[in-house]
Amino acid sequence: MNSGLAAPIVVPFAAAAVALALRRHPRLQSGVSMLSAALHLAVGAWLLYRVHHSGINVLHVGGWPAPFGIALVADHLSALMVVITGVVYTAVAVYSRADIDAEDIQRGYYPLLNILVGGISGAFMTGDLFNLYVWFEVMLMASFALLVMGRTRAQLDGGVKYVVINLISTLLFLTGLGLVYGMTGTLNMAHLHVKLRMAADPALVAAVAVLFLTAFGIKSGLFPLFFWLPASYHTPPVAVSAIFSGLLTKVGVYALIRTFTLVFPFKDNTLQGLVLVAAAATMVVGVLGAATHNHVRRILSFHIISQVGYMVLGLGLFTPLALAGAVFYVLHHIIVKANLFLISGLIRRWGGSFELHRVGGLYRQRGWVALLFFIPAFSLAGFPPLSGFWAKMILIRASLDAGQYTLAGVAAVVGLLTVYSMTKIWGEAFWKPAPAPLADGTGASPRMNGWMLAPVVAMAALTVFIGLSPEPVFQLAQRAAEELLEPAAYVYTVIGNMQ
Amino acid sequence: METVLALLTGAIVAASVYLMLGRNLVRFIFGLVLASNAVNLLIFAAGRLPTTRPPLIPEGSPQPVTVVANSLPQALILTAIVIGFALLVFIFILFFKAYQTLGTVDTEAMHDAEPAVTTDSSAGGKRS
Repeated sequence: MNSGLAAPIVVPFAAAAVALALRRHPRLQSGVSMLSAALHLAVGAWLLYRVHHSGINVLHVGGWPAPFGIALVADHLSALMVVITGVVYTAVAVYSRADIDAEDIQRGYYPLLNILVGGISGAFMTGDLFNLYVWFEVMLMASFALLVMGRTRAQLDGGVKYVVINLISTLLFLTGLGLVYGMTGTLNMAHLHVKLRMAADPALVAAVAVLFLTAFGIKSGLFPLFFWLPASYHTPPVAVSAIFSGLLTKVGVYALIRTFTLVFPFKDNTLQGLVLVAAAATMVVGVLGAATHNHVRRILSFHIISQVGYMVLGLGLFTPLALAGAVFYVLHHIIVKANLFLISGLIRRWGGSFELHRVGGLYRQRGWVALLFFIPAFSLAGFPPLSGFWAKMILIRASLDAGQYTLAGVAAVVGLLTVYSMTKIWGEAFWKPAPAPLADGTGASPRMNGWMLAPVVAMAALTVFIGLSPEPVFQLAQRAAEELLEPAAYVYTVIGNMQ
Repeated sequence: METVLALLTGAIVAASVYLMLGRNLVRFIFGLVLASNAVNLLIFAAGRLPTTRPPLIPEGSPQPVTVVANSLPQALILTAIVIGFALLVFIFILFFKAYQTLGTVDTEAMHDAEPAVTTDSSAGGKRS
């Protein structure tokens, strides 16, 4: 049943094709997408169960054995990422029913959403570097279109910056690929693990590794390569920005984790210090950026950057506990961050604006929105007993164990500053008395909408659940970290004894 | 042959970086076209160029009898060209649309997504 490994990729693409065929039936498109999302989540869960109980799974596509053909590989990290993608995909597909207007659906919102998820799942599953490039492109293409779909001035402006920097990142990635192929004659990641260790010139390998670090650093929003992110993420519809914020930068983080554990393990080169410095700077700059803004979605965009710093910190420390912390952080962050963006849509709906000085009084009028915001916001900041507390605690503990006291201090202080900007949203949008109703008559409260509320409630519940019983998730993250640090099993499963 | 291609690639990259550092989006597109071609040349050269003989295996033999050209980099480049072409078409349309809407191709003059002083919530999705 290894062909099931292709299911997380096939399901969304099939849904995209069906949605495209149903162009004139927006409700059916939405139904198909929700169905596909639920199926994707189920397949992801099945995959995780399989990997957890029977070890790493591999599918040699087309019957060509690796390293000659393309292999799809599911280890703990890949399976976990697919599951969490399924969670966000489902939430966004449901939320879209209420958030995406007829015009955007007419322009092909649903096919693009499904293609985006297909590309993301492909990137998580592939065991081949060139194939990873292709999935990145699929994903980027869909995200470009989703970002500028509304054709407003802000979207076009943000879109230009987003597209430009991502194309440059792609070119760097492709250059790195070409050089790696020139050095080793292979592009299979497991095979590269073996071949690059025997490379004649370690300096050349390190130079190529920097190309990959830069390319994936741009994708994941690492300091100083993140400026495209706050320029664009607040411009598309809420559902789109939720899936972007949850998943796109994390594909970059995943690619960093994968390449720097499997292809260029840190113990073979000197990049570790660079990565740690970049991680610390990312945390600090991101959170300071968030502190200076007054637009809900822009504050949240800067938080993405600072949170990516934590994940990369876990990678940079390169101990079992730190990597487990990084994986845990990614999982927690995706749920919380996507949820916060979805909630920004609720603030907009009932408060009338994303601008903090124009909204207020939501706590009085809509106490439950305040509660829904409170859970993910303070989880992100790291309040016990929510999921973010455990994620931060594991990483700080790992920094202390590794003797990196400065990094531990930075991580703790950045957590405090996160609280500051979250209380800003809290104080302005929820506690402050409501300002005068907006001129366009939006002072009248729209009715509650189940399509928007259900995914927010479900993801908030998930955050609380992980917070109250972090053990199962942490164990999965630990298994993922063990596999990452000891890639022998991965390599053996993919290419056998061909060493 | 590799030396010539390496020098050529370097020259093209230099030209493309020069173009892309400009503030004009049209220049940027030309720089991008050049850069993607340079990367394709690099992959081509990285695959070694000892011969132009096609990789054909004579009947009855399990492997090529002489040195043949490496076909994999060419397949990679072909894929990269196809993807690059699609991206290029998209970026042309996006930049044209941006020019029509924003009235400029100067990246310094584009502030709509990040206004210096936020006065309005025009940046953002539509209210449903």
